Amino acid sequence: MTVMKRLRLTVQIVYTILTNGYMYGFLSGKIYQGKMKYACVPGLNCYSCPGAVASCPIGALQALLNRQGFHVPFGMLGFFFLFGSLLGRTVCGWLCPFGLVQDLLYKIPLFHKKKRLPFHRILKYGKYMVLVFLVCIGSLFLFGGLAKVPAFCKYVCPSGTLMGALPLLLANRSLRAQIGGLFFWKLGILLFIILLSVKVFRPFCQYLCPLGAVYGWFNRFSLVQIHWEKETCVSCQACQKACPVGLTAEEISRSPECIRCGRCVSACQKKCLHLRFNVK
Amino acid sequence: MNFLKINPPRLWLWGILAGILCLCIGLSRGEFTIIWQKAAMICLECIGIG
Repeated sequence: MTVMKRLRLTVQIVYTILTNGYMYGFLSGKIYQGKMKYACVPGLNCYSCPGAVASCPIGALQALLNRQGFHVPFGMLGFFFLFGSLLGRTVCGWLCPFGLVQDLLYKIPLFHKKKRLPFHRILKYGKYMVLVFLVCIGSLFLFGGLAKVPAFCKYVCPSGTLMGALPLLLANRSLRAQIGGLFFWKLGILLFIILLSVKVFRPFCQYLCPLGAVYGWFNRFSLVQIHWEKETCVSCQACQKACPVGLTAEEISRSPECIRCGRCVSACQKKCLHLRFNVK
Repeated sequence: MNFLKINPPRLWLWGILAGILCLCIGLSRGEFTIIWQKAAMICLECIGIG
C-alpha cells in the first residue's frame, strides 16, 4: 500500500469516527440532538445515524426546499460554494463515510474488478438526474403524497439505510414495529449497491450521488487540485491504469469524475502529477 | 457552453467569498434552525418508515 493510499484510508476512518462518534446513540437507539446539528458535514452522512454529530448536506438542502412556498436555500448554496471551492470532489475521496464503505467493499477479492459499468458515458449523468429530479424538484413539489417530502432520502439514499435505518432499527423496538414496504425497497437498493460495489469501483458515487454531482462542478477550479505537468509527461498511461475511474492524465486535473484519491500521483514515475493547492 | 469552461486564476477564492455571503444570508433568515429542527428528530423518511 502506497503512502498516499494509507494516508487517505487513515483520514477516511478517523473522519468517519469523529463525525459519527455519538456512541450513546448506537446503544440507546436514539440520535444526537445537540447544537452541532446546526452545521453540516461535507460528505453524505445521514443525520438519522445514531452516531451522527452533524447534519447531512443533501438532507439539509431538502429540508430547506420542503418549506411552504419557494425560498432560495441560501444557507446550503453557501455551504456548497464554500466546500466545493475549497475541496471539489476531494470531499468524496477523503471525507465521505459512504465512500469509505464502497472503497472497503471494492477491496473484497471476489469477482473480476471493473472500473466502470457498461454505458458509463450515459450512466454517469444519472447523478445529475438524481440531483435535479429527486433532490430539487422532488423536494419542491408534492411528490408521493399530500406533503412535501425529502424524495432522495425517502426513496433512494442507501447511506441513510446503512447508517441510519439499520442501527436505529436494531436498537429501537418501537421503530422496528413500523417497518413496511418502503423500508424493504430501500434495503433492496442498499443491497444492490453493496453487491455492485464489490465488482465496480464506487458505483453510487459514479452514477447516483447528488452530492458528487454538486462537488464535481467545482473540480475545475477548486483550491485543492491535481496538477498535471504536460511538459514532463511521457504519456506512459500509468496514471490512467492506476485511476480507479479510468481518467487520462489530461482529464484527471479537471474532470468532475475525479475524486482526488491520488492514485495517479503515486503511480506517476516521472512525478508530473501533484496533489496540491491551486494558489499561483 | 464555453462560458462554463472558463477558469480565471483564483476562481476558488471568489467561490469561497460567494459561499460565505450566501451562508450569512442563510443564517440571517434562520435557515440553520430549520436544518437543526429536521436533523435533531429521527427522520422517518430517511430510515424508510416515513
